[in-house]
Amino acid sequence: MPAPSPSAVSAPGFAGHALACRRGERLVFAGLDFAVPPGGALVLTGPNGSGKSSLLRLMAGLTRPEAGMLAWNGAPIGDDPAAHRARLHFIGHQDAVKPVLTVAETLGFWAGMRGGTEVRAGLERFRLAALADWPCRLLSAGQRRRLALARLVASPAPLWLLDEPANGLDAEALADLLAAIAAQRAAGGAVVLSTHTALPIEGARELSLTAFGRRAA
Amino acid sequence: MTAFRRLILRDLRLAFRQGGDAAMVVGFFVLTVILFPFGVGPEPELLARIAAGIVWVTALLAALLSLERLFQADWEDGSLEALALMPLPLEAQVLAKCLAHWLVTGLPLSLVAPLLALLLHLEPAGYPVLVLSLLLGTPSLSLIGAVGAALSLGARRGGVLLSLLVLPLYIPVLIFGVAAIEARIGGFAARPHLLLLGALLAGALPLAPLAAAAALRQALD
Amino acid sequence: MHRFANPARFMRLSAAIMPWCAALAAVLLGLGLYLALFVAPPDYQQGEDVRIMFIHVPAAWMASFVYALMALASAVAIIWRHPLADIAAQSAAPLGAGFTLLCLVTGSLWGERMWGTWWVWDARLTSVLVLFFLYLGYIALVNAFDEPGRGARAGAILALVGVVNLPIIKFSVDWWNTLHQPASVFRLGGPTIAPSMLWPLLVMALGFMLFFAALLMVRMRTALIAAKVRALRLAEVERHAAAVLTPRQAALP
Repeated sequence: MPAPSPSAVSAPGFAGHALACRRGERLVFAGLDFAVPPGGALVLTGPNGSGKSSLLRLMAGLTRPEAGMLAWNGAPIGDDPAAHRARLHFIGHQDAVKPVLTVAETLGFWAGMRGGTEVRAGLERFRLAALADWPCRLLSAGQRRRLALARLVASPAPLWLLDEPANGLDAEALADLLAAIAAQRAAGGAVVLSTHTALPIEGARELSLTAFGRRAA
Repeated sequence: MTAFRRLILRDLRLAFRQGGDAAMVVGFFVLTVILFPFGVGPEPELLARIAAGIVWVTALLAALLSLERLFQADWEDGSLEALALMPLPLEAQVLAKCLAHWLVTGLPLSLVAPLLALLLHLEPAGYPVLVLSLLLGTPSLSLIGAVGAALSLGARRGGVLLSLLVLPLYIPVLIFGVAAIEARIGGFAARPHLLLLGALLAGALPLAPLAAAAALRQALD
Repeated sequence: MHRFANPARFMRLSAAIMPWCAALAAVLLGLGLYLALFVAPPDYQQGEDVRIMFIHVPAAWMASFVYALMALASAVAIIWRHPLADIAAQSAAPLGAGFTLLCLVTGSLWGERMWGTWWVWDARLTSVLVLFFLYLGYIALVNAFDEPGRGARAGAILALVGVVNLPIIKFSVDWWNTLHQPASVFRLGGPTIAPSMLWPLLVMALGFMLFFAALLMVRMRTALIAAKVRALRLAEVERHAAAVLTPRQAALP
């Protein structure tokens, strides 16, 4: 992928310029650029420890970059972190599912915290509607993963940051995820996701991270 | 429903479904207080003399007992990370969680306390002030404790560390809480002590969520 | 790298200042002890026992001063993310705890001579005891994490929380003390003090301060060198791993 010029930061969509990330005393990556236009998708690939998760957490604002800047439609996200939080969905490795709450309660809570009301649509998109009243402790790992992903649909947001979303999904659920991503992009939303298996995402750019901080072309 | 109320309701729902926290805290409170007569002897005069102190110290330890889990469960299952990215500021979320924590620990403790005071022969004049001082003081315990719980998140020996961090900070609450009851029993006004307890709460209400949210952010960093 | 520019300057500066600081501290402490033990007159009430004050009071001053310094360094660390500030706060903590312990032990010894008991719940001593636990909590928290940076950040927040609470704790302990004790008890290091006793006290206090400064520099230098060693080890490990696992990528610039 050709590295975007600094002017890409001022383009519409989500972009980062000259990003560096430090975890503890280790420099994970430096001088990293990316740009995701509205309706675009960016796929992060690379071996374990190459900084895919670190980059996604940086994009979400969970960690501060050691150097460089992130911008949404040209405005630095550091200027208004609350607005950035309101516009993004971040799905990490963990599902944030409580065993004692039911499926509908869980999704209702997470959607409600963002003012979302599409709980029904979220459950249906990921084929959880029949399980709505089950307590989450009865769910399988794949079902819990689907419940976490259903948050994406239950409260729409223009930016999705997904850390290995395909992990633990069967073929059917993976198709649901890809359909949800396609719908998000068709609606003008941006998607950044990391994966270690090739995913058929049309027109996605790929950003390949390598171990020990260097970026391959 | 606002996000603030939604979070309180979720925490309450979790507490009741997991069915344990409130009952355990009250159980610990009652059992520990009952240990004292075995330790110091059953003479009513002696017990009456130290009743206020025993009830307050034990309530403080009971509140501390449940604090370790305040953020721990959410941290372990990824909920905390998701909460930190919600539009509602993390400071407000800490406040909501403290309120929920108080409703399942501080409030029941305050309501059970008169029963224990009865076992310890507390002077009758002290009862209303006992409840009032606990109602005013225990929210401060939840708030200050939240800072300790957030700071010790993910630490080795988190529980022991939490008590080392939080107990010294609990001393003012303990002092004014007990002083209020003893003043009333001694025939003085309890009001100044209660006002000081209120002042501590008024200080902790804005400052503790601020510090706890900063601690949570760095725990997620 | 801006992160290393400042520590490098600190290493140079401290290498120049530290020996002078240590020498001056030794001279002042020697002079102060001489003044305290041989020149200052015995107290009309306490006799020779009063001489313990020349250790006890400076230690008490240092105990609060070091905590305030830690809080200041922590604030700098949080606001400006200055790499030296975290190290300063962490290096100061065990020293502050040491002064606090010294204050408690001398207070206990003095108390035994004055009141015939090793411990009295005197307002000042009790506050110092609480301060000691605040130090212990800080040290325990800083060392409780596998990742050193995490402990530093948590410690910085705790130091600020502590410094806000210290006056409140002090006030509440004073309040508690007046409720439970008659005011007739003699207070350690009372406010009125004869000039013949004040001078040795000030010399000792200055000696304590310089002693602390010298030790702080030693500890900070040690911490910086240890961090450098860790960084070199890490770079070594990564170079090896890069060479072994992905020879093709390691060849990239």
